[in-house]
Amino acid sequence: MENFDEVVKEIAAAASPEALEAIRVQVLGRRGSLTLAMRELGALDPEQRRKAGAALNVAKDRVTAALTEATARLGRSALEERLAGERADVTLPLSFDATGRIHPISQTIDEIVAIFGEMGFAVAEGPHIEEDFYNFTALNIPPEHPARQEHDTFYLPDRPDGARLALRTHTSPVQIRTMQAQEPPIRIIVPGRTFRCDHDATHSPMFHQVEGLVVDRTTQMGHLKGCLIEFLRAFFGLDDLPVRFRPSYFPFTEPSAEVDIGCSRKGGELKIGAGGDWLEILGSGMVHPQVLKNCGIDPAEYQGFAFGMGIERVAMLKYGIPDVRAFYDSDLRWLRHYGFLPLDIPSLVRGPLS
Amino acid sequence: MKTTLSWLKTHLETEAALGAIVDRLVMLGHDVEGVENRAEALGPFTVASVVSAERHPNADRLKVCLVDTGKTQVQVVCGAPNAHAGMKGVFAPAGTVIPRTGSLLRETVIRGVASRGMLCSAYELGLGEDREGIIELPEDAPVGMPYASYARLGDTVLDIKVTPNRADCLGVRGIARDLAASGLGCLKPLDATPVQGCFRSPIGIHIEDHSACPLFLGRHLRGVRNGPSPDWLRSRLEAIGLRPISALVDSTNFLTFDLNRPLHVFDAGRLTGDLTVRFARPGETLLALNGQEYALDTEMTAIADKAAVRSLGGVIGGEATGCTEATTEVFIEAALFDPVRTAATGRKLNVASDARYRFERGLDPAFVADGIEIATRLMLDLCGGEASEIVTAGAVPNWRRRYVLRPERPATLGGLEMPPEKSAAILTALGFAVESQPDGQLIAEPPSWRGDILGEADLVEEVVRVKGYDQIPAVSLPRETALSRPSLTPAQRRAELVRRTLAARGLVEAVTFSFISTREAELFGGAKPELRLVNPISADLDAMRPSLLPGLVSAARRNADRGFPDTALFELGPLYRDDTPAGQALAAAGLRAGHIVPKQWRKKGREVDLYDVKVDALAALAAMGASVESVQISADPPAWYHPGRAGTLRLGPKVLGAFGELHPAVIDALDARSPLAGFEVFLDVVPEPRSGRAKPPVHLSVFQPIERDFAFVVDDDLPAETLLRAARAVDRKLVTEIRLFDVYQGAGLSEAKKSLAITVVLQPQERTLTDAEIESFSQRLIAQVEKDTGGQLRG
Repeated sequence: MENFDEVVKEIAAAASPEALEAIRVQVLGRRGSLTLAMRELGALDPEQRRKAGAALNVAKDRVTAALTEATARLGRSALEERLAGERADVTLPLSFDATGRIHPISQTIDEIVAIFGEMGFAVAEGPHIEEDFYNFTALNIPPEHPARQEHDTFYLPDRPDGARLALRTHTSPVQIRTMQAQEPPIRIIVPGRTFRCDHDATHSPMFHQVEGLVVDRTTQMGHLKGCLIEFLRAFFGLDDLPVRFRPSYFPFTEPSAEVDIGCSRKGGELKIGAGGDWLEILGSGMVHPQVLKNCGIDPAEYQGFAFGMGIERVAMLKYGIPDVRAFYDSDLRWLRHYGFLPLDIPSLVRGPLS
Repeated sequence: MKTTLSWLKTHLETEAALGAIVDRLVMLGHDVEGVENRAEALGPFTVASVVSAERHPNADRLKVCLVDTGKTQVQVVCGAPNAHAGMKGVFAPAGTVIPRTGSLLRETVIRGVASRGMLCSAYELGLGEDREGIIELPEDAPVGMPYASYARLGDTVLDIKVTPNRADCLGVRGIARDLAASGLGCLKPLDATPVQGCFRSPIGIHIEDHSACPLFLGRHLRGVRNGPSPDWLRSRLEAIGLRPISALVDSTNFLTFDLNRPLHVFDAGRLTGDLTVRFARPGETLLALNGQEYALDTEMTAIADKAAVRSLGGVIGGEATGCTEATTEVFIEAALFDPVRTAATGRKLNVASDARYRFERGLDPAFVADGIEIATRLMLDLCGGEASEIVTAGAVPNWRRRYVLRPERPATLGGLEMPPEKSAAILTALGFAVESQPDGQLIAEPPSWRGDILGEADLVEEVVRVKGYDQIPAVSLPRETALSRPSLTPAQRRAELVRRTLAARGLVEAVTFSFISTREAELFGGAKPELRLVNPISADLDAMRPSLLPGLVSAARRNADRGFPDTALFELGPLYRDDTPAGQALAAAGLRAGHIVPKQWRKKGREVDLYDVKVDALAALAAMGASVESVQISADPPAWYHPGRAGTLRLGPKVLGAFGELHPAVIDALDARSPLAGFEVFLDVVPEPRSGRAKPPVHLSVFQPIERDFAFVVDDDLPAETLLRAARAVDRKLVTEIRLFDVYQGAGLSEAKKSLAITVVLQPQERTLTDAEIESFSQRLIAQVEKDTGGQLRG
């Protein structure tokens, strides 16, 4: 009988799928040595046939197993060889598909909306080209009021009907438009563009304000304090931010309050928080009865509060932006540095506001 | 409004420390913008004399000075060119902190010579900008005296921001009165004892229009001797930044700042006859005390004698009748002028005087007589002489009015529970006449100096203000609903989606001004006369923008000038079509400049083109929920776009926006660089998506989709959309998608032809398609395209 040990060795040594196939045909093929030996069994007597048959079966199993093993071995080495040839330089640099940025003004407005939204405020808007009546007169600022001169108003040509037109100097005219259009209760905030003809290191002729207005039957100054303290602490992310209300004057509120937040100016560096010093941040007050009357709301029945705040100012304080003029320069380097990622959508529920 | 602590204490009896006074002022609504205590910082500086000043042995420019400090003699090395023996100067010993620099002065050796102190310049003391030479004091300056005392810098100066409603606090006494009402001391009595007149005024007074000047009191003083004011008066005026002039003028300034009672003194010797308050006549002029000549008009309140206008009521006096050193007789004017007219006159002539500032805010109508008596006494004290009887024209206007304060209002409006008797006490302390009613109501009559009190809300403010805003308990706004409701309207929400979508597409958000130059506005179809500012900040910013694109082009140009030519910017904001609220529209615009992709190892660099911004525009529309498939694109862009490389986006009759490469002439005119492609979409025009949250059922076929490619040869000016529309129309049920994957022109095609190749996706719903069905579809498609476009299947 042929020595199949040799065959098994040859199989184990086969270097290619072709060599392996040749051995298989030689041994297990139709005219293969093992096939022929099997065929010859019929000529033997039963005793011999049984013995030889068993031996041949063992041999066939060994050869088949060796072939399977060798096929797998060759497959593995072929793959290894292929992988070795497919090496790439994983350090080659790629740029992200450039992501844009959200302007700090937009992001700050979204943050302000997120906080006041939780307190039930809706966002209202109004025209930038405003009639003198809405910007001043209805807000208790008659034509010769000294406050008018402090506003540095941009004017447009009068309308043919004589109406004096100006670029709104504050967002407060939207108070008037809202109260004229809507029955109390009212809770709105009005973020938007405002304009004053003033241009220097700390003023831009266009800037942004957010106005707030609450009108109902019961809102009093304690609510004004509560609402603004909660807003300022949430906005600056400081639960212990000191907030101070001190009397002031605005023609359209009575009583009026200026609001300061705590800060420190140690070493010439401004830092928001408890620090023994104060920083003026917004103006507020109870809506003047005359303003309610001007809008057709009975001041004997309704009252409320209003406030106004500069958006650039709070954005600069919160994000450490030094120069107000840079907001409108559209320098890509500045926008990329101070801007926000598009999916960073402010929400009180989802987490801290930036 | 500035005052000093000691000045304040002439009206206020108080033990309170400076810090407590400042805090109280702030909490009363009088913000303290500055507290300057110069004496403290200047404590170690003394008057000293220079005994000798020799040249430094080792340095030409330095001197070695021996300084007599009054206690000892100290050697100082000094670099000032004006240091010389025998002079008096200001000396700081080693160990002193220099106010201006904050640095510590040390004992040192300068080029081998010891220096144990310093002779100071005004700059180093923080008193001026002169740093060249050291301060040189008069010969009689007493050696050893603290310099702050010598220079009368000893007092603390308070700079108080008085709100426009509190005209009464534009005098030191008004501030003292508010502090006293809040319990911080007592208001000292004011002596306004009348001065007995001893002759009849030779000058009479008349008022022609009582609305312009309701009251005018006058008084003649004779035998006066005008000269410098005494030290106490000079130092007070200097401390608040006023230059002392002469006793007569300083007296009026003192009354203005001390009691908020502006006065005018005429040199009576230079007046001709009686004084009349009347409107100025056309052509009249006034050479004012500030040296300016003003042309007057008939709206201005003039005070004239027989010869000419001598003064503008409440605004400024005339040079010709002003007091001088030679003045021996004066006429004092104490009057009330209409605030509105005074403000208008001052504004027209651009005169900002202390008098105007006060008259336009409203003065105490009941204090005119007291004011003239106090002024008379002061002037007689300072200048001698005797006073006439007072002459009067007009009358004190009626200022009395009463308001009710309901007992609950401090709490229900001001948020602070106040028993009526406490409210009454505060109002009384502020000078109100208060009547308590049995039901707790207070009837309050504001004092004559509080013209700002006009209703119950003002009374609440007074009560709460004096009690302290810090006493008001903060209360959270009650929630109207248990859960938050949306703050944004659907339109506002859509704008937010557009903003964040464009940023996610790689565009960086810019915010640019609402106004641009007229030239820019004209290039973008704007610059209507009604949208041009009357008083622009500069000629570059004088027209309300008709489009957001010019602002973005300027931004791209600025970035390119800085060395960053590849920009991708967008803005979401207003444009202005006319001056009505409806003319203001919300737009989203984007601008891509330079390269869309910089060159990289993996991708070739490519310049921006119209297709980049077309996708941006469509993405913005899609973000709003618009159905992009139904948007029509026509090749008729607005004039600022390239006529052949731009399009208009339409939905039926509505124009949603436009996109494309900018017109080369516009790019040139704006000094920008090509390539520049932009888009603008109008958010208000895009229809809101149909409401209803439930989505229609979706059929998910179990059969695999089949793709078939077709290439058609068509005329090269055929819009691709025509072919796509034809292909879509063949079988809207079966065809789920058509992709145009190749546009080819060149070899193998005749000159005026192009090949458009599309992949058509067929989605069988009920069973697999047979070859025959697919073939039949193909034939129908080829026929339809041929019919609609004239295109032939490419062989």
